[in-house]
Amino acid sequence: MGKDNGKVVVLDFWASPYAMRTKIALREKGVEFKVQEEDLWNKSELLLKSNPVYKKVPVLIHDNTPISESLVQVQYIDETWTDASSFLPSDPQARATARFWADFADKTISFEGGKKIWGNKKGEEQEKGKKEFLDSLKVLEVVLGDKSYFGGETFGYVDITLVPFYSWFYALEKCGDFSVETECPKIVAWGKRCIERKSVAASLPESEKVYQQVLKLRQIFGVE
Amino acid sequence: MADEVILLDFWPSMFGMRTKIALAEKGVEYEYKETDPWVKTPLLIEMNPIHKKIPVLIHKGKPICESLIQLEYIDEVWSDAYPILPSDPYQKAQARFWADFIDKKFYDPSWKVWGTKGEAQVAAKKELLEHFKTLETELGDKPYYGGEIFGFVDIALMGFYSWFKTMEKFGEFSIESEFPKLIQWTKRKKFGAE
Repeated sequence: MGKDNGKVVVLDFWASPYAMRTKIALREKGVEFKVQEEDLWNKSELLLKSNPVYKKVPVLIHDNTPISESLVQVQYIDETWTDASSFLPSDPQARATARFWADFADKTISFEGGKKIWGNKKGEEQEKGKKEFLDSLKVLEVVLGDKSYFGGETFGYVDITLVPFYSWFYALEKCGDFSVETECPKIVAWGKRCIERKSVAASLPESEKVYQQVLKLRQIFGVE
Repeated sequence: MADEVILLDFWPSMFGMRTKIALAEKGVEYEYKETDPWVKTPLLIEMNPIHKKIPVLIHKGKPICESLIQLEYIDEVWSDAYPILPSDPYQKAQARFWADFIDKKFYDPSWKVWGTKGEAQVAAKKELLEHFKTLETELGDKPYYGGEIFGFVDIALMGFYSWFKTMEKFGEFSIESEFPKLIQWTKRKKFGAE
């Protein structure tokens, strides 16, 4: 598969949408890698040493050299394993546009954003969280338009950035009592299209499993 | 003119300063349009409908938003002069990580230290000092964050230089006393008349 990969390890947590981005990117490039599952309530020495600034997953360790922050990792993967097609287009304007929408998706469809829905009981705060989430998703739906992927015909950078949250939709819907499919049907159709890709199917957990995890988190944070 | 470059910016913006530095380093001529971000002009709304913020870089009529994205764009388009990002993927990843750290972590307390009062301000000052320390440690004994080159992270941070005095005054601390290496770094790069 092209040049020697060297050893690739991902410090992971199965439900982390950020770690899913990195795993999808590696799988898209056909890179073999090991996953080290982290207990986020009891972080390993390796994690703390490899990501001293944030102490978070995912960490990508390539030939014993750590790289942190999922979008930095995805770009690194794109630029290191160049045999497979690139996640970004070649035209600078199109690249800037893709980076813009990935940044928008990263800032608006996020763990913290989701927490405003699952981390609150039914009421004003939760409604506010739902509105913010859906408003942003609707913007992204317009950007997607009738394209197969955000990258056009090619699954790319923006798709990788956003698709992990597809596995969290069910949990948010159950906690917030709404339907993403009703509000953003094109996004759901896009999510289903992405799941057909091996890289995505292998990297996203079952929605029900994520929901069970969110219920646990609700207990821990005393939401119930 | 087909190649026209326009920058919508507001003079004190630390983000706009990044783009101005990058354009200057690359020797790109551009038209500067002073844009008050609180007055949402039709042009600003047209060019940045999502955030309605400056800076907006307009090249051949098309907008590029978000300062770090603008730096990458400028580096890719005017690629024959002055590399802003290194070519090695790992070095590039490190540069992106630290520029992202500045935006994710450093920015908020940097304005809260003068823009808030009481407990919020105390918390902001504590956080700001921690992040200054982290940034100084990352610089280490290198002349620039980019090594020998004043690069991506240097440009990202230098935009805040004009705000250092304000942070010091309201935070009641001295960057020179606490972080001398950083102050030396700010003096190392010679710019034109400011």
